[in-house]
Amino acid sequence: MHVPDGFIDAPVSAAAGVVAAGAVAVSLKGARRELDERTAPLAGLVAAFIFAVQMLNFPVAAGTSGHLLGGALAAILVGPYTGVLCVSVVLLMQGVLFADGGLTALGVNITDMAVVTTVVAYAVFRGLVKVLPRTRRSVTVASFVAALLSVPAAAIAFTLIYAVGGTTDVAIGKVATAMIGVHILIGIGEAAITALTVGAVIAVRPDLVYGARGLTVPLKLRVNGELVDAPAAQPQPVAARSPRKIWITGLVTSLVLAGFVSFYASASPDGLEKVAQDNGIDKKTEEHASSDSPLADYGVKDISDARLSGGLAGVIGVGVTVVAGSAVFWAVHRRRTEDTGPTAVPQQETV
Amino acid sequence: MGAGHAHRLYRHGHSPVHRLPPHTKLAAVFAFVVVVVSTPREAMWAFGLYAVLLGVVAYVARVPSGFLLKRLLIEVPFVAFAVLLPFVAQGERVDVLGLSLSVNGLWGAWNVLAKGTLGVAASVLLAATTELRELLLGLQRLKLPPLLVQIASFMIRYGDVITDEMRRMKIARESRGFEASGIRHWGVLAKSAGALFIRSYERGERVHLAMLSRGYAGTMPVIDEVTATRAQWSSALALPCTALVVCLLGWTL
Amino acid sequence: MDPVTPSLDVAGLAFAYPDGHQALFGVDLRIERGERVALLGPNGAGKTTLVLHLNGILTGGAGTVKVAGLPVGKQHMAEIRRRVGIVFQDPDDQLFMPTVREDVAFGPAAAGMKGPELEARVRKALEQVGMAEFAERPPHHLSFGQRRRVAVATVLAMEPEILVLDEPSSNLDPASRRELADILRSLDVTVLMVTHDLPYALELCPRSVILSEGAITADGATAELLSDDELMRAHRLELPFGFDPRSVSAPTR
Repeated sequence: MHVPDGFIDAPVSAAAGVVAAGAVAVSLKGARRELDERTAPLAGLVAAFIFAVQMLNFPVAAGTSGHLLGGALAAILVGPYTGVLCVSVVLLMQGVLFADGGLTALGVNITDMAVVTTVVAYAVFRGLVKVLPRTRRSVTVASFVAALLSVPAAAIAFTLIYAVGGTTDVAIGKVATAMIGVHILIGIGEAAITALTVGAVIAVRPDLVYGARGLTVPLKLRVNGELVDAPAAQPQPVAARSPRKIWITGLVTSLVLAGFVSFYASASPDGLEKVAQDNGIDKKTEEHASSDSPLADYGVKDISDARLSGGLAGVIGVGVTVVAGSAVFWAVHRRRTEDTGPTAVPQQETV
Repeated sequence: MGAGHAHRLYRHGHSPVHRLPPHTKLAAVFAFVVVVVSTPREAMWAFGLYAVLLGVVAYVARVPSGFLLKRLLIEVPFVAFAVLLPFVAQGERVDVLGLSLSVNGLWGAWNVLAKGTLGVAASVLLAATTELRELLLGLQRLKLPPLLVQIASFMIRYGDVITDEMRRMKIARESRGFEASGIRHWGVLAKSAGALFIRSYERGERVHLAMLSRGYAGTMPVIDEVTATRAQWSSALALPCTALVVCLLGWTL
Repeated sequence: MDPVTPSLDVAGLAFAYPDGHQALFGVDLRIERGERVALLGPNGAGKTTLVLHLNGILTGGAGTVKVAGLPVGKQHMAEIRRRVGIVFQDPDDQLFMPTVREDVAFGPAAAGMKGPELEARVRKALEQVGMAEFAERPPHHLSFGQRRRVAVATVLAMEPEILVLDEPSSNLDPASRRELADILRSLDVTVLMVTHDLPYALELCPRSVILSEGAITADGATAELLSDDELMRAHRLELPFGFDPRSVSAPTR
């Protein structure tokens, strides 16, 4: 599913970049809250695990095999924030080191495969765990359903992104049918493996399954032969309210930003389609493109203008992403720098 | 898509491209790909020029073309997708060798192939001329949040360790006559994955202890810094700037 | 420093894990400056738990731990962790940075050292373990024995008051084992060595203590402890086949 460069047009890639940057920034905060200074080593090792497990091929039938995407697994095992971080880092490294997934498509890939899968999986999982009886079996069932839904959810997200910024006019219905159909099949595999893996972990180290934390019995401490209530073992404050608030704020902010960017960008007609239309390639195309696309009212202007403005929109869109993304990161970074004082990373002047 | 991850792309060398500071290279590649993606697909000659530009970089970096071409294979799944486009896209159709193809789909296929290939080639060149460690320093220098860089750094450091553990588990399974061949073996593979997760997580905890024992208090000390001179920046940015000129010509011609 | 202040002074240390399992039942241990002491004991005796108390990773039970007179507690944590250098059993846990040099620099850099002073410290520590020429290598490209030596260097770079080694000889081939012994003997630092390797304890440590069921049950000259068959059997400590501590000349210091 790693989307390459050129698959989604520049403005939408940029908008997805903003969403991804916002989600990652929010997750950085959330993960820090959950894991404290353990974030870097633990998230790093879990990312390495996801990376490795994506190489683990599961035979399906007659020589074909699939591999785990890992978003749902990460969300259930280590929680949504750390999950988003781990999968994002894996995608970033795959893009930079292995040329797997385009650099400009990084935002699309992260939004799609790291954010949507993890958030959907975790929401479904928590919802089910709350409803079902508090047993380990329920955790396994909930993992299955969560993983099953997370994959088509990513496919839907991709279809939406494609509808807005796809570079080829394929009827959205077709894309949706193909994508969702295929991914429901993939989702079944993902679900089975995820549920079995979560089950295997929960049988040995139930304390490690983030999503099943509510299921453990309170600990006791034996001091000189007497049983005493244990103090919290490790810093695991799952402060429920504030991270959620941060999440929502972050999500809304990035969506507003993204919406702004794509609205701005699409206000001037996409150069390519414009060319196609002006060359009279097809009237139907235009109809379809506009009736299926949420951005139905593409303005039609002068060609040369349109070409330039289309290109400019792309460049500006990407510029805005970079600026907005850096602003978010900068804010987070600044905050942390203030928190940690002298040992923090000093800023350098040389460029 | 999994197999390609196993081996690193880096090629040891001492070319001028290898010597450029990593953050300038990252910025240059990113800018280049942005420019490529923003180019109109009708300007076929522009993509040819981009390819020539990358060829020049590969030549200067002394990356053999065979190496580069082999690494482009990672793109194959999308080539398959691109081949489908002319059949499924809408719009006016042309008959080519008795097949009815969509003109728009043909353009789309060309667009995805050309831009995708150039993107992959640029990334491959970056990875081939920049060491892992340097890439991380470059990302850090480009103001990626430090925590993200640290996570990436731990992932790289322990990626091999964990992949090795996975390989050993596979060998252990196979030594006992187990060969995963179908859905009924998923349970066994999932148990391995579960065990691998526990090992990874526990290692994470031990690493954290080792870090604490050496005075870690939440921020990584900065040990290495990368800096770039104006000249290094300008040579790195020569690539995207030339590409931008080509792109602008593509829009206006 | 006052010569009578012991490097390590543990008094009445008791600890139970949050799961209710009590690991330490009142440990008393005093180690003078410059001593080399082996901490022996069967699996599950609480050795690791004790070690993790020495630099304050585990706290909250009864009793006190003092390092060179400084009580282990929240207010001096940074200083305590600089003074107590723990070398963990798996060097892969200990070496978490991308290169050997950065790993050795981690501790001093976390304590705020930088620039040429840091470089000098790193070089000195690597020279002490004979690994100076491997500074730029990534840790996973080294042999196991080399990694263990680098792990020792990462701790030496902090110039600790006391060096705590967890199973230093495990997984080493005989040559690496001897090299490490030579290195440890050459250091002028207090050493507490947790081990199952009784000949190694005899070779390196004049004094040994036995930790059993969460308390120190024997404390004396290593040769004498190892020669006490009754004691050894009682604590599940077994000498390798054919090894007779009475026939080996024990070190005097």
